[in-house]
Amino acid sequence: MTSVSSASPVFSGRDRQNRLFGPLPDVSGEAGYEADHPQRIGFFTDTSVCIGCKACEVACKEWNMLPMDDADGVRDAMGLSGMSYDNTGMLGANSWRHVAFVEQSRPVDLPMPQVGPPGAGRFGESQAPGHADGDLPADGTTPAYTGVLNAEALTEFDPQTGRSADREVRWLMSSDVCKHCTHAGCLDVCPTGALFRTEFGTVVVQGDICNGCGYCVPACPYGVIDKREGDGRVFKCTLCYDRTLDGLMPACATACPTQSIQFGNLDELQARADARLATLREQGVESARLYGRDENDGVGGAGAFFLLLDEPEVYGLPPDPVVPTRDLPSLWKSAGAAAAMIVGVIGTAVLGSRGRK
Amino acid sequence: MTASPGAGWRRADGPAAHDREKRRRRRGNGHGSGGGVGFRAAAADGAPVVQDVEFSSYYGRPVIKAPVWKTPDVPLYLFLGGAAGTSAILGAFSELTGRPVLARVSRLVSGGGSVLSVGWLIHDLGRPERFLNMLRVLKPTSPLSVGSWILAPFSAATGATAAVELLGWFPRLKQFGGAVAALFGAPMATYTAVLFANTAVPSWKEPGKQLPFVFAGSALAAGGGLTMVFAPVEEAAPSRAMAVAGAAVELAVMQKVEHDHGIVSEPYREDKAGKYLKAARTCTAAGAGLTLLAGRRRLGAVASGALLAAGSLLTRFGVYEAGMASAKDPKYTVVPQRERLVEQDGHARSVVR
Repeated sequence: MTSVSSASPVFSGRDRQNRLFGPLPDVSGEAGYEADHPQRIGFFTDTSVCIGCKACEVACKEWNMLPMDDADGVRDAMGLSGMSYDNTGMLGANSWRHVAFVEQSRPVDLPMPQVGPPGAGRFGESQAPGHADGDLPADGTTPAYTGVLNAEALTEFDPQTGRSADREVRWLMSSDVCKHCTHAGCLDVCPTGALFRTEFGTVVVQGDICNGCGYCVPACPYGVIDKREGDGRVFKCTLCYDRTLDGLMPACATACPTQSIQFGNLDELQARADARLATLREQGVESARLYGRDENDGVGGAGAFFLLLDEPEVYGLPPDPVVPTRDLPSLWKSAGAAAAMIVGVIGTAVLGSRGRK
Repeated sequence: MTASPGAGWRRADGPAAHDREKRRRRRGNGHGSGGGVGFRAAAADGAPVVQDVEFSSYYGRPVIKAPVWKTPDVPLYLFLGGAAGTSAILGAFSELTGRPVLARVSRLVSGGGSVLSVGWLIHDLGRPERFLNMLRVLKPTSPLSVGSWILAPFSAATGATAAVELLGWFPRLKQFGGAVAALFGAPMATYTAVLFANTAVPSWKEPGKQLPFVFAGSALAAGGGLTMVFAPVEEAAPSRAMAVAGAAVELAVMQKVEHDHGIVSEPYREDKAGKYLKAARTCTAAGAGLTLLAGRRRLGAVASGALLAAGSLLTRFGVYEAGMASAKDPKYTVVPQRERLVEQDGHARSVVR
């Protein structure tokens, strides 16, 4: 394999465009790898089939030998978060997979008419909104969900939805992970070169280089990487660099019993995700959307992307993440102007008060 | 499809929701944080408030990680680095215009400040023994890498110059060192603003182009103030001028940072940061005023110089704490990003491709 350049691509002079943000067809090539590098790999996490078993969390902890902590990153403490079945709390130095649990409810109209065979006129037919009973609620709920049949349809194929009295309840479960961004904030700002881009296009910390400056922590727009208490260095998901080098699947994807976590070459995963989204849309799940799939987003698309059933922020994800370094040139310009102002002010102060002493 | 975002789903009320409500009430102001879905911030007290702050979050937990930097390490580093940077330039200019005592004082302040600032910076590292790894690469995309390459020659030059000044050896080396220090002085005082702004921390990122001017003004006030304290008043006219000019810049630009950025300006006015910055304003304004009135008297110079330095220090603490507060509340991450999406597309699209 070729040697890894820890210097920034700014020096290389190649590909003048999109080095700080925007789509980048070949991230590893951009980082200095020869053209024969392996294809970019990633995760597609399909949260619509996640059952919240946390096997991914356990497999990750075991394989990577991550220490125990509570929901706030306090080492060697076992604590219940008190908010849900989620006692991991967040991604951090000691949790590289984090299963989010969201419990939601919404009202359904009663009584529930059961007309005709189940599933008749279900998906998007003209029957669905104008139901035979004509018993539409007058509270102005959105048209897509006023019909009981539509809600029923959702219930039928969505194992995460249940009903109790006049409330419909659903559980959203999502296994979050480092996004391995095309333009990674953590990698951009690392001053030591401890963070580097692998030949697979992933982003990995070299523990023997990291000096714990902590700059990558606030530079991540997703709040993934964190400093480990009692160690001083930062840690995050490596996309199982050690396993992938040997042709193995990452631990979490291997352990996932529902194929919610899918691992593979990024372009294949993207095609698979597009097909899955189309299927769900067809079935009437209008809230399904892909997150991190768009190469024109603020991080140039993510190596680990998601199919979500609600807004990203419901899962604790930022709705429009942007790599901080996108604005770096303008920041330096401003700092340069401020530096010039300093020299100007002091020069004027010294020369201007020459006569007076 | 034009389904409403979330399709009518709302977070089922759990204990966490009650906790959030309690937390809000305890803070007891109209523009506190709101967690969870469907909460509307009310402007009961008529305070400036972004209307209808309604946003979703994951149990009110932060979206981004707050910086793991320590206080007082980092605010002190900013303050000392700023004061050292401007006084190094003052030292070089004073030498050229025949103010030997002011030049000597400036060199000592700048040398002391830079050596101490390096100490605080190393102390802040998780693995201090590896601080030399900072000079392992030079990465233009990393303000901290660029900053390390500014700090290293700067602190070496100012430290050596101050040592030579104290020991009285090699007078020519003093001038050379002073020149090198002056060259790196201004970048030293302003790069730290880029360091802060180039993060996902909302209240640092948003006013990112103004922060360098805040830090520059603050550094001028601190450098001018400290040299005023130690230099004889007859020679300290440049110190007074730069301190007053710096204080004016600091106050003016800080005003913009605190008010021009909508919701992410809030943390600058609230809680700990609000208190620090209020005190900073008072100290800086009083210091500048006193400099003009009594700066030519020994006692006045000492008092006003100390006030200016204190104001600068408090500004650094305030800016630091405001950023920390904005990182810890998901509101400041989610709401501006939502607004951005609405602006781009005209409706509340999420990241659907």
